[in-house]
Amino acid sequence: MSGTVTGGRPAPGSGGQQAVGGKPAAIIEARGIVKSFGATPALRGASLTVRRGEILAVMGPSGSGKSTLLHCLAGILIPDEGEVWFDGRRLDTQSEDRRSDLRRDRFGFVFQFGQLVPELTAEENVAMPLLLSGVRRGPALAEARPWFGRLGLEGLEQRRSGELSGGQAQRVALARGLVARPEVLFADEPTGSLDSMSGELVMRLLTAAVREQGTTVILVTHEARVAAYAGREVVVRDGTVGSLTGAMP
Amino acid sequence: MLSAMSVPLTLLGLLEREPSHGYELKRDYDMFFGRGKPLSFGQVYATLSRLARDGKAIAGPTEHGEGPERRRYIITDQGAAEVETWLTEPAEPEPHLQSVLFAKVVLALMLDRPAARYLDAQRAAHLRRMRELTEQVQDGGVLDTLLADYGLYHLEADLRWIDHTAARLDLIAQAVRR
Repeated sequence: MSGTVTGGRPAPGSGGQQAVGGKPAAIIEARGIVKSFGATPALRGASLTVRRGEILAVMGPSGSGKSTLLHCLAGILIPDEGEVWFDGRRLDTQSEDRRSDLRRDRFGFVFQFGQLVPELTAEENVAMPLLLSGVRRGPALAEARPWFGRLGLEGLEQRRSGELSGGQAQRVALARGLVARPEVLFADEPTGSLDSMSGELVMRLLTAAVREQGTTVILVTHEARVAAYAGREVVVRDGTVGSLTGAMP
Repeated sequence: MLSAMSVPLTLLGLLEREPSHGYELKRDYDMFFGRGKPLSFGQVYATLSRLARDGKAIAGPTEHGEGPERRRYIITDQGAAEVETWLTEPAEPEPHLQSVLFAKVVLALMLDRPAARYLDAQRAAHLRRMRELTEQVQDGGVLDTLLADYGLYHLEADLRWIDHTAARLDLIAQAVRR
């Protein structure tokens, strides 16, 4: 294990999968994260524990720091202070290359605007994480195809992103986020650009798929209707994390 | 404007600010909570009598002066405890309960209580109910979904009001404190 434990505190998840007090072990933990952009503080000591297999909604008004928190948890941003742990290892002290490998091999992502590659077909977009991991084209596309049936996208495999509706493009993005069976799916306002019917469909499909795969989901949203699909929610306010029920975030 | 259940607790809350006569309570209730539907004097005095009977307020001695006889009411420890509980506990999340939420926030600020904490508790209760309804939507038939959606949209509207209010508590506090 390359993670460094500071101050003699145990690493979250370092004891393997055992549950403490009947709760599943932590898969991701943030401890006192501080992050500023220039002189503007975004996070001011944010702490959070995400349990393996849960769907956690991170709520909060715009500008509260919830997307910054998501990016720190995913190793995209490095906090100025504090620690991020993933599966028993310190994440924020690892090199950019190692964090990049981790994001490719163990994390999945869905953003507000699907961010599909416009030159590729829907099928190639879904297969992208597998292709980037070194899976050859044939097997990668074979792995991608069943997702079109699962997410109600049959017949759209050869379309390019410009030929898809917003809801369809977002479902393709969801398939891309899940195709490599990531341990953690990071979803940042995944329904933010959709009408209520399409948003609901995306959330239903997302929750069904991650439950089947046992994927942990960190879902950033400002919409209560979307957060209601999660098993638990925390609120980011002024750069710190609070729970609504008084329990530990 | 408030449900019949909330009127005694709201009057009790106003009494916690300071011992008051019935007409003062009516005046303050109408100003803050009546919103075009003032309480009748009969309702105020009947409520005060019940509060006194139940040990939540004490009626002071009759004061003689100009005009009609009047008595000042004082809140008891039991009454104050009841106000405390009411202001802390989230209301049952149902559509159209804005008036209760409104009364709790205004009274909490008036009495220097942590209104933000109450709003958090209410937000958690709303989200819990929304989660239950969302499960119904996922598992149920078309009509179950239609009904659950009705609840979900109304609860969502309440939540938006809760967030909006939470962001403006300082401003509201200035308006209701003396």
